[in-house]
Amino acid sequence: MSALLEVRNLQVRVEEREILHGLSLTVNKGEVHAIMGPNGSGKSTLSHVIAGKPGYEVTGGEILFKGEDLLEMDPDERAAKGVFLAFQYPVEIPGVATMTFLRTALNAQRKARGESEYSTPDFLKKVREVAASLNIPQEMLRRGVNVGFSGGEKKRNEVLQMALFEPSLCILDEMDSGLDIDALRIAADGVNALRSSERAMVVITHYQRLLNYIVPDFVHVMSKGRVVKSGGKELALELEESGYAQFEDQAA
Amino acid sequence: MNLALVKPTMDGAASDVFAVARDRLPGKGPVAEVRQAAFDDFAQKGLPHRRVEEWKYTDLRVLLREVAPLAPPPDQAALDHAKKALASLDVNGAHRLVLVDGAFAPQLSDTASEAGVTVQTLRAMLENADIAARADLLRTSVASDAMISLNAAMATDGVVIDVAENAALGKPIHIVHVSTQSKAAAFTRSLVKVANGAHVTLIESFVAADGAAGYQAHDSVVLWAGDGADVQHIRLVEDARDAANIATAIVTLGERTQYRAFNLTSGSAVCRYQAFLRFDGQNAHADVNGVSLLNDRQHADTTLVLDHAVPHCTSNEVFRAVVDDQAHSVFQGRINVHPDAQKTDARMMTRALLLSDEAEADNKPELEIFADDVQCGHGATTGALDDSLLFYLRARGLPEKEAQALLIQAFVGEAMESIADETLREVAIATAERWLAARG
Ligand SMILES: Nc1ncnc2c1ncn2[C@@H]1O[C@H](COP(=O)(O)OP(=O)(O)OP(=O)(O)O)[C@@H](O)[C@H]1O
Ligand SMILES: [Mg+2]
Repeated sequence: MSALLEVRNLQVRVEEREILHGLSLTVNKGEVHAIMGPNGSGKSTLSHVIAGKPGYEVTGGEILFKGEDLLEMDPDERAAKGVFLAFQYPVEIPGVATMTFLRTALNAQRKARGESEYSTPDFLKKVREVAASLNIPQEMLRRGVNVGFSGGEKKRNEVLQMALFEPSLCILDEMDSGLDIDALRIAADGVNALRSSERAMVVITHYQRLLNYIVPDFVHVMSKGRVVKSGGKELALELEESGYAQFEDQAA
Repeated sequence: MNLALVKPTMDGAASDVFAVARDRLPGKGPVAEVRQAAFDDFAQKGLPHRRVEEWKYTDLRVLLREVAPLAPPPDQAALDHAKKALASLDVNGAHRLVLVDGAFAPQLSDTASEAGVTVQTLRAMLENADIAARADLLRTSVASDAMISLNAAMATDGVVIDVAENAALGKPIHIVHVSTQSKAAAFTRSLVKVANGAHVTLIESFVAADGAAGYQAHDSVVLWAGDGADVQHIRLVEDARDAANIATAIVTLGERTQYRAFNLTSGSAVCRYQAFLRFDGQNAHADVNGVSLLNDRQHADTTLVLDHAVPHCTSNEVFRAVVDDQAHSVFQGRINVHPDAQKTDARMMTRALLLSDEAEADNKPELEIFADDVQCGHGATTGALDDSLLFYLRARGLPEKEAQALLIQAFVGEAMESIADETLREVAIATAERWLAARG
């Protein structure tokens, strides 16, 4: 059985500078992986390359998703195939109502997969349920996408989309940053509700605290564009104690 | 000989246009005299070109080259043809007044009388010797402009609408211009008098009958809105893609008048919409918004001149242009605040979205302020779609064109907010959606 996500020896440049220097990562269905590592080590870069953000030059290696070459696909194709990135910094889109955006996106994904579009009542029912479970008031959904949302609300809106689109690979880039303790628990509950044997998660974070809520099967330490250590969930506790200094040397 | 005294002479073709048409133009005596004077003014100036300041970005000598010959009066075939074009209009349920190739078509119009409004044709009024001031129908107070003069000289027909005091019309008045003839020109002129306290929605549409190509639609609208009147004025220019549309609106607002205008241009190869708006009574408000959706080699120019002649009036202009391929958008907004127009609040914001490297947008905001206690502001931006927003949408599954379309709709949406009537706002949105869908 092939892995859900297979990153092999990935090398990535941004503006003539190599950021990822041969990174490898294998994620199987049903697994939860945590990626930790110092600022600037390339965690967001990895997530962007997987999602297909323009501006990154892949100079070596490959990414297979469900056995297919992910790098050959447009970002929207990746989304339709089940890749979802919850952004570290979700953007504001004035003038595009959140509801319109959610429906257009969901139906575009379904159309790309050859599935029928949701009817309006079915769609509304689904959004209301998910929003309620994440403590997102209906009023927020009438505003422009993320417009006037607090940092925490933006993150919850990312989890809302994840629940709505039901992707098979969820990458969460610092979902915990900017969330207060209650919001963190609610968002983590939302993520945990999506854990299933058919779905995998990659959770990028700086803090052990999130991993108390979303307990990972594997923890990877990134430093200077590589995975320098992998282990079980106890590795995160170890990092909390000792910091990243020990890995900086290994990566150099 | 003093060269500076030599007046630019008209090219022969344009003077032929008038000479040939003269006998067909309605109105004798004083009307014919006004026409002759107007034509002389046009003949002396010629088609506006880039050295005429107000036409700097829209050189009609290059873009239009010449004035096309007057379209023949519509025969039965033309009317049948026009009728088909009417079927595709988005605006329904309005009091429809149809002008085909510059002639009022009663067969295609709603002629049943409606309480609070009277409609006459310009032609009938110009020809009616009992109306002493009939020649005034062709005169305007606006500073001389070659195309306004040409329109006065050549106007064959139009509608003259009177809305009674305090009337609240049950449905909008919809003036529809249909062109059926190729390479011909129609000259129309309509006058709308909204009496004190009346509420009116006026819609103007410009469309082509199937197959009509390379024509010119020349139009003028003169609108007076009395004290306390509430006027919505919507224009939808969807002419054939190789046609020209040269239009002028002259608007005078009374005291406490609310005027909300929205102009949408998505058709024609060459388009100029010039609106001259004057505040004549205090405490009036005007929203003058517009959207241009342009691609291929389309050229569209929106030129607004607002005269705050009295104190305590407010105006807001929001203009958006979406420019693709090698198209060219022009926005000129001039706000004149007269010496005693204290407490004027005038704002103007124009933004252009360039969708291709060869697309072009010119913005020329001008404020001329002679009063000291006023608030005036303008802003202009030109830019491309935001890549980070595009990526966010694509990462959520929207294909490139759909992601662009959503952002473009949001971009133009703000300018459409001045359309108070929801059905009409949807008509404008639908027009934008059609344009976006046609981009493929
Ligand atoms: N567009 C860009 N242009 C130039 N450098 C970039 C660009 N994007 C990322 N980088 C650089 O790549 C490196 C990795 O950045 P990245 O955002 O992936 O780090 P990170 O691990 O997510 O850090 P953090 O924990 O602070 O979020 C940094 O040194 C950053 O400056
Ligand atoms: Mg990051």
